[in-house]
Amino acid sequence: MGFVDLAFQLAQMLVVIALAPLLTGLVRKVKARLTRRRGASVFQPYRDLYRLARKEAVVADSASWLFRIVPYLVFGSTWVAAALVPTFATGLLFSWSADLIAIVALLGVGRFFLALAGMDVGTAFGGLGASRESMFATLAEPAMLITVFSLALIAGSTQLSTVAAFMASSHVGLRVTLGMGLVALVMVALAENGRIPIDNPATHLELTMVHEAMVLEYSGRHLALIELGAMLKLLLYMSLIACVFAPWSLAIADAGVGDRLLGLVAYVLKLAVGGGALGAFETSIAKMRVFRVPDFLGAALMLGFLGALLLFVSRTLK
Amino acid sequence: MSALQSLMIVDGALLALSVVAMVLAMSNRPTGRAIYAASLVLCAIGFVAALSFLLGRETPQSMSLPIGLPWIGAHFRFDALSAFFLALIEFGGAIASLYAIGYGRHEETPGRVTPFYPAFLAAMGLVPLADDAYTFLVCWECMSLASWALVMSHHRDPENGRAGYIYLLMASFGTMALLIAFGVLAGADGSYQFSTLRAASPSLGIATTGLLFALLGTGSKAGLAPLHVWLPLAHPAAPSHVSGLMSGVMTKVAVYAFARFAFDLVGPADWRWSVPVLIAGGASGFIGVLHALMETDLKRALAYSTIENLGLIFLGLGLALAFKGNDMAGAAALAMTAALMHALNHMLFKSLLFFGAGAVLTATGARDMGKLGGLLNLMPATGLFMLIGAMAISALPPLNGFVSEWLILQAVLLGPQFPQWTLKLLAPATGATIALTAALAAACFVRLFGVSFLGRPRSAAAAKARDVDPYSLTAMGALAGLCLLSGIFPGLIIDALKPVVLLAVGGTMPLQSKLAWLSIAPIAASRSSYNGLLVFFFMIMSGFLASFVIHRLASAALRRAPAWDCGFPIADPATQYTAQSFSQPIRRVFGGVMFRASEKVIMPPPGDMSPARLTVQGYDLVWHGFYLPIERGVSYAATRLNGLQFLTIRQYLSIVFAALVALLVIIAGAT
Repeated sequence: MGFVDLAFQLAQMLVVIALAPLLTGLVRKVKARLTRRRGASVFQPYRDLYRLARKEAVVADSASWLFRIVPYLVFGSTWVAAALVPTFATGLLFSWSADLIAIVALLGVGRFFLALAGMDVGTAFGGLGASRESMFATLAEPAMLITVFSLALIAGSTQLSTVAAFMASSHVGLRVTLGMGLVALVMVALAENGRIPIDNPATHLELTMVHEAMVLEYSGRHLALIELGAMLKLLLYMSLIACVFAPWSLAIADAGVGDRLLGLVAYVLKLAVGGGALGAFETSIAKMRVFRVPDFLGAALMLGFLGALLLFVSRTLK
Repeated sequence: MSALQSLMIVDGALLALSVVAMVLAMSNRPTGRAIYAASLVLCAIGFVAALSFLLGRETPQSMSLPIGLPWIGAHFRFDALSAFFLALIEFGGAIASLYAIGYGRHEETPGRVTPFYPAFLAAMGLVPLADDAYTFLVCWECMSLASWALVMSHHRDPENGRAGYIYLLMASFGTMALLIAFGVLAGADGSYQFSTLRAASPSLGIATTGLLFALLGTGSKAGLAPLHVWLPLAHPAAPSHVSGLMSGVMTKVAVYAFARFAFDLVGPADWRWSVPVLIAGGASGFIGVLHALMETDLKRALAYSTIENLGLIFLGLGLALAFKGNDMAGAAALAMTAALMHALNHMLFKSLLFFGAGAVLTATGARDMGKLGGLLNLMPATGLFMLIGAMAISALPPLNGFVSEWLILQAVLLGPQFPQWTLKLLAPATGATIALTAALAAACFVRLFGVSFLGRPRSAAAAKARDVDPYSLTAMGALAGLCLLSGIFPGLIIDALKPVVLLAVGGTMPLQSKLAWLSIAPIAASRSSYNGLLVFFFMIMSGFLASFVIHRLASAALRRAPAWDCGFPIADPATQYTAQSFSQPIRRVFGGVMFRASEKVIMPPPGDMSPARLTVQGYDLVWHGFYLPIERGVSYAATRLNGLQFLTIRQYLSIVFAALVALLVIIAGAT
């Protein structure tokens, strides 16, 4: 407790928001290079956001007040969630205010409002996006929660900081459940961030879009916030997977400044590796039909459930 | 005056009010508002009495009145468990009465509602006080009948007639099951006082049988699958304030009755009892929410969602039973607290949502979502409150629905401690069911709110909607505020529930009020904690910060323009997604088994000018797979037995003789 912890919590909030566009830029760059294009600079997302934020916002005539506050709500809830996931150090000052289940639910808040905003203007595309997003979420969210159960049972806590600290310690070893959890979590992360093969973040072909269809009516600063929220969400999932399954060099609570700096460098490297892997994966696979997505997510759900089941029958929690 | 006496006086006064309302209704005087105002005052008094008893941790009070059966009388007792449920019931009654002061004016035949309304409140208030089986069953049956009369208040609608008929059947079945439960538990001596039942230590077989019948009886009132079929018919048929009461409050009376049986009357818990409770709860949760997702009638969707939430409450109760049966008092206290809190939360948000649906009905005359749309612009206050209710029921932080589901999940995570394999397997299944149900509920309420309140109006009536009267808005606003408050200060509620939980499972959760910043930590702070206040504060702060920064440093300009819609905006509101189209993907994913939904596309050949048609055939698994076979069996047997009506006197006499001999043989064999 004290000033140092508060400073690190604030630093974490700033780090996530500063790095999120860079990560998206990196993924785009990797995808461009792999398809033999030169691609825009990795800093292009910052310029896009700046440009969007300075434009006037055009709001449809039929939109209600909800349409105008949703970007702030979505951004706010995603930012809070992202600030609670350990990036370079555990022991965040406010990590006890929301555990992993609450983080999943906070992301649910963002999705809830985004889906409502999609339906607000009263166009066919908005409803299409909201409907499909809701269908994906009905499978992705339970898959995520069940994976959270497994992690919580292994670490004996649903606090993400405690889970990360436990994973970083040497008591873990290789577990079947962890492997299943990792696969399930990656599948959920792909779906929740609207990446290929679930959804294509670059598409504007009407019938294939999901996330883009929901935010079709947004412009200007509203769109900038929603884009930034989506970038934060990608960063959040990557940090989450990194801090649980690759907690190397993660600074544990009460670590010195040197360790924390090391953690920060390691974190940026992890993000770079993750971004590169995501770009390569997205280039190597085709987008699937909408009605094959439930099979994909159902597999994630089943993997998570099997993992949790193994734990329930094989271990007692102290 | 003791709390019990004041509550009895309140209930007596409500009954008297009912008689007054009956007389006034017969003389055709418009008195709705006075009746509702009087009910509001009486329920408020009852609420204060129950709450002060609960918070003051007073000792149980009892009294007996010389009414009812001769020489036995009627016994009443007031303890912590009754106090919690009475506080919930009286509060729900008070807020529904406040709403009805405004809403009741739109009633076409107020004389069919006002006489039964106070009686319904009184009966619900008496059930948790009853201390012997006879009084309990009389109050229970009065509650059923009063609510049946309210369901039938719009009796000219043929659908309501069917709803009332099925409700009456199921209510009778439930009472019969409760009667058998009491009979089994009381044994041959037949002393029906609760204190005797509590003192008797029945064998495991007797206790299990009794509890199973109690589950049937209370489950049919709570709407547990597969006994839920009446609920989505009857709850929406009543006027909206009564729908809110039936869904929000009467189902909690059923929860009370089950808790009274399972945690008090039948004696020491056995873990096996939790298995049917968990299965019924899980099935109700899943079936309820899937039906809610397919329903296009606003009130009926809410009624199906009640089934889902009652399923969650029973999952909590089942876990509490399982933990109690294994002597894990701390874990049982957590599960019990979660279940009770969800009961409270469900009362708050389901009343709110039904009141909102009533306001929509008043403003537009429509319950069908296909005729609504765009109401958020036209009814801003109702829309805001409905939005808060929808968020709360979708278990989104920082509102209250999330807290109780979070607590249930924390209880599930203690599952590996179970020594029994059955429970070890059931616990993760419970967790998965809760996760799946919560996600489906969120989709359901995005759909419900999005289709009716967002977009553009789909009918002329919806385009002319206006916000409703101040009484209704006050009631909804108070409920919405409480949904937020109990979401950000859950620790206070957990502490207030302590005596109730102690009475039910013999353990308590750690004291929450001493934790910093009003957070809650069900087991230990290092294991799991949640702070609704901070989450709320952070969300608001970061949203405002973003808004401030971007408006100051970037752009604050705004322009209104026609919708973009990829360049082809079509003015017809029929191009919007409807409730059916919204749930079509989910129906295709989950509905294959549940609804055996089949889509048939009739595409006319080229040159044919007739329109293409898409027909969807639905199928209700429970109705077609469970009730219709029973109905067919009964009518088959009735047809066969019909022949018995046309026998000669000799044949009748020989049948009577054979029956007598058979009975004597059975008795001889038994002794």
